[in-house]
Order: sequence, then C-alpha cells, then structure tokens
Amino acid sequence: MIELEGLTKRFGSKVAVDHLSFQVRPGIVTGFLGPNGAGKSTTMRMMLDLDNPTSGTVRIDGKHYRDLQEPLKYIGALLDAKAMHGGRSAYNNLLCLAQSNRIPSSRVDEVLDMVGLSAVAKKKSKGFSLGMGQRLGIASALLGDPEILMFDEPVNGLDPEGIHWIRNLMKALASEGRTIFVSSHLMSEMALTADHLIVIGQGKLLADTSMADFIQENSRSYTRLRSPQFERLRDVLHQEGFTAVETSGGVLEIDGATTEELGELAARHQVVLHELSSQRASLEEAFMQMTAGSVEYHAHSDRDPAAEPPAVGAGWGETWNKPGSNDTEGK
Amino acid sequence: MASVPAVLTSEWTKIRSVSSTTWTLISAFVVTVVMGAALSALLNATFDDLSEAEQATFDPTFVSFSGTVLGQLAMVVFGVLVVGTEYSSGMIRTSLAAVPQRATFLFSKITVAGVLALVVGLLTSFVSFFLSQAMLGDRGTDIGADNVLRAVVGGGLYMGLIAIFSMGVAAMLRSSMLSLGILMPFFFLVSQILAAVPGAKDVARYFPDQAGSKIMQVVPDAMNTDPAPYGPWGGLGIMVLWVLAAVLGGFLVLKNRDA
Repeated sequence: MIELEGLTKRFGSKVAVDHLSFQVRPGIVTGFLGPNGAGKSTTMRMMLDLDNPTSGTVRIDGKHYRDLQEPLKYIGALLDAKAMHGGRSAYNNLLCLAQSNRIPSSRVDEVLDMVGLSAVAKKKSKGFSLGMGQRLGIASALLGDPEILMFDEPVNGLDPEGIHWIRNLMKALASEGRTIFVSSHLMSEMALTADHLIVIGQGKLLADTSMADFIQENSRSYTRLRSPQFERLRDVLHQEGFTAVETSGGVLEIDGATTEELGELAARHQVVLHELSSQRASLEEAFMQMTAGSVEYHAHSDRDPAAEPPAVGAGWGETWNKPGSNDTEGK
Repeated sequence: MASVPAVLTSEWTKIRSVSSTTWTLISAFVVTVVMGAALSALLNATFDDLSEAEQATFDPTFVSFSGTVLGQLAMVVFGVLVVGTEYSSGMIRTSLAAVPQRATFLFSKITVAGVLALVVGLLTSFVSFFLSQAMLGDRGTDIGADNVLRAVVGGGLYMGLIAIFSMGVAAMLRSSMLSLGILMPFFFLVSQILAAVPGAKDVARYFPDQAGSKIMQVVPDAMNTDPAPYGPWGGLGIMVLWVLAAVLGGFLVLKNRDA
C-alpha cells in the first residue's frame, strides 16, 4: 500500500506536482496515466525519496521511504532503464544492489533468469539494447522479492514480444497479491493491463477510478446507421423519439438505443439499411479530452472558466479576427 | 536503517567490478615510482650542478617523492570516478533507492574507496622510497634515520587524502567531467604556479596539496623551498581540514538536492 497526501513539487515558479493525494492498493495493477510532462516521473521519484517534495508526504506501508530497513525488500522500482553503470556487468550491477540490502547472491541469478538475461549476465551493460536495459532494470526491481513494484513506462523500447512479456509479468505479480504501480502515457496500454486508474495532468489529479468505471463513464457508445433512404430513416427515427445526429457521408449516429431496437424499427417501416453497427469512442480519445481539458484550464486560468467554456471562447475569437464575418464590421 | 557492513560490502563490489579502478590505481603507482626513481637517478648524476643552497638542503627522502606531482593526478581521477560515475551513469538513483540513508551511502562509499586509496598510496610511497634510495646510492638515506619513516608514511597518506578530497569535490559537483576539469588543472598547474609567484604563495601554501606535501620532507625547507609557517604534521592537518570540508560539502549537496 502506498499513500500520497498533498504531495507537491515546485521547480522555481513551475508547479510540477500539485497536491496529489491517492492510494495505491495491493492485489491489483494501478495505472498511472498522464501526457508527457504531467509529473508522473517526478511523482514516482518522490515516492522513492529521490526528490524532496516541496510539501506533502508519501507513506509506504505506513512508513517514510527513508525509514524502511532494506527498502528493496519492500518496494522495487524501474525508473530509468539506463540507471546502471555501463562498465559493470549485468551480474555485478545487480550484485552490489543485492549486497546493500542483504539479499543472497543466488537471488541475482534467479532474477536474471526470470527476465531472460542469464546468457549475458557477465557482459558489460553498456552494450545492452534498450530492451535488454529495460529487462535489467526490471530484474533489479524484482531483486528483493518486494510486495510493491513500481514501473515507469516499462514498455518503452520493448519489442512486441517484450511488451507481451511485461504485461503478463505485471498481471502475474498482481495476482500474487502484490501492489503494482505502473505509469504510461498510452491509454491503450493501460486498458490492457490496469485494473485501477489514476490520471494526472499538469501535476493535478484528474481521475482516481477503477478501469471498468472509467470505460463506463468515458467511452460513449452509440449506434451507427447508413441507409439509401436517408430522409425516410431520419423521419422514422424522429417519430419514434430517437435523437439522431447526422454526420458526414449520410451517416446517422444514435445514442441510447440498442442495435436490436433500431434494426426492428427499420424492418417495421421497411427502410433498407446498409449499415447497422454498435460503436464505441476510443479510450484514447476520452483520455485526451480529459487531459486536454486540464491544459485548457491552465491556459485560461486568468479568466473565469465557468463563465466561458474555452471551446466557445476560441470560436468567438476566430470570428472576431475574420474580416467581414462579423456584422458590426460591415457598418 | 541500512546495515553498514552490508553497504560497505556493496560499495566494495562496485569498486572492484569496474576497470577504471584498476587502471587509475596502477597508473598512480607506476607514474609515482618510475618518475621518483628516474629523478633520483638524474639528481644523483648531476648533483654537482645543483646550487649550493640546494646541495645544503638536499633531502633524499623528499626527492624519492618527486613523482607524486604527476602520480597524484591518477589518484584524483580515481577519486572523481568513484563518486562521479554514479551521476554520469544514472546509477545514483538506483543506489539511493537501495540505500536511502544519504550519510550511510556516501560515507560507506568514501570509506571503502578511501581505504583502498590509502593502501595503494602507502604501497606506492614505500616502493618509491626504496627504489629511489637505490638510485641515489651513497647520497641516499635509510628508513631508520630520523623522521624518514614519518615522511614515507606521510607520502602514502598524502596520496590517499588527495583521492578522498577528489571524492568530496565530485559529490559536490555531481559530475565527473566538471570535477576533473577543475581538479586536474588545479593540482597540476594552478597550485604549482601560484606557489612560485611572490605574494600569491602566501595563500598557495595553504592549498591542500602544498600544505600536505610538507609531510614528505625530512630536511627543513628541503631542496631550498620556501620556509612554511607550519611543520610536517601541521601541513598534513591543514590538508585533512580541506578533505573534511570537501566531504562535508559533498554530503550536504547529496542530502539536500534531488537525485
């Protein structure tokens, strides 16, 4: 269990992390999502006591990181794949970490085997590819057999086989009852691995919700209809009380109706359909809308955001600048 | 708290598993010994060409440490790399995640590397002394003579302290390149030049290398050097203060700054 309370980090006047409070619970994979520069890595560094917070606290199983005896046995982290000495062999890089936390050296061979690096254990790590470096970093995180594991963008630089491997590894570790906290800027990646989601933008908490709820709330599902009898279909839908939104190419989108209902409706009125499909807005879109909102909010923070939604504000500004498009300019 | 013996073991593994340790320490040994022996042989051959003052204050012990001027640079590189590569490789974040207690981490590292540097320094100074005395022949001295053992042991301490000083500086600057860029010219040029400039030398004699090297002299004001307002142990004391200041500075930087 990791608990953050009012965690804040300022770099000069820039606020990188802004009063973050959330909990990371055991037994599940918690995704930590945000666009690049949202403050994910800074937050993770503060969780490991590498960066000093401006204010707020992080507690690992109720303790400050610095008070943990042999922290690798509590929490393992992959922050940066290149955070190893390139002139040292993979084995020795792990051995010195193991020794500092009184972990037996046999465990070094074990984790190297787990990540598939046994064959290159005696090779200097500077010759490693990004993917191998990532595996070595994961090996170091697993070294102390910790209850909590933290991965910062673990799939970066991995090939498809490697990505598949890390996904399954995280799920397997969570199913053993461990706490898994993994960051990403890709919603699609999170949708495949995470059970719980924490979304931040501009250092602020935007969402703290289960993956299922996030999908429920944020992915609009609708039915898509196409017909050669476009006008008739629209009238029929209108009569029956459905709100159809017309999009380009003679496509109608209907919210809040099942494909069964609409198909039967069309049959009753003998309307020919060329398409009847159930659609779902992608989670990536939902995530982008959510974080774009936080960016917009900051850009207009000198105004009252409630009085004037940013989108309307932008449209209004465009009209103003276009000569002739405004009535008052003609006079 | 982290177990200190465990962290010491870990730091020893770090030091012995990189090749820079071997080549810097071997360089320090070879350069100091070879240059000391060569200059001893040269001075022995050209003794009659020395000025009267130099002949009067001829110090065969001090002469055997002539190679220190160059050999200490390898010690500087060793000290800087021990600390600096943690930063340049990014290993520092992994290391501090494993040992979050900054004091335990830094002082264990400096202890292990410092002891190794002192051992190599002592070995270097004894070999340098005996080889140079062989080169000096009749003009040489004996390890049993007054103050000679003090000077030879002091020569080893000097080498070790230079390395520890460099570790402190590297911890303060958090960069190998920057630390080497400052320390190498300082010890090789700036300090040597200032020590020869009237006016500036009153300040330069309190620099760590100038003060510390006093311990290697047996004859007062050896080789007609300027008299200093401190004795051999006083000089070494000044150097130790520099080393403590650098290490403390390095610790404060590590403690207060983000890794």
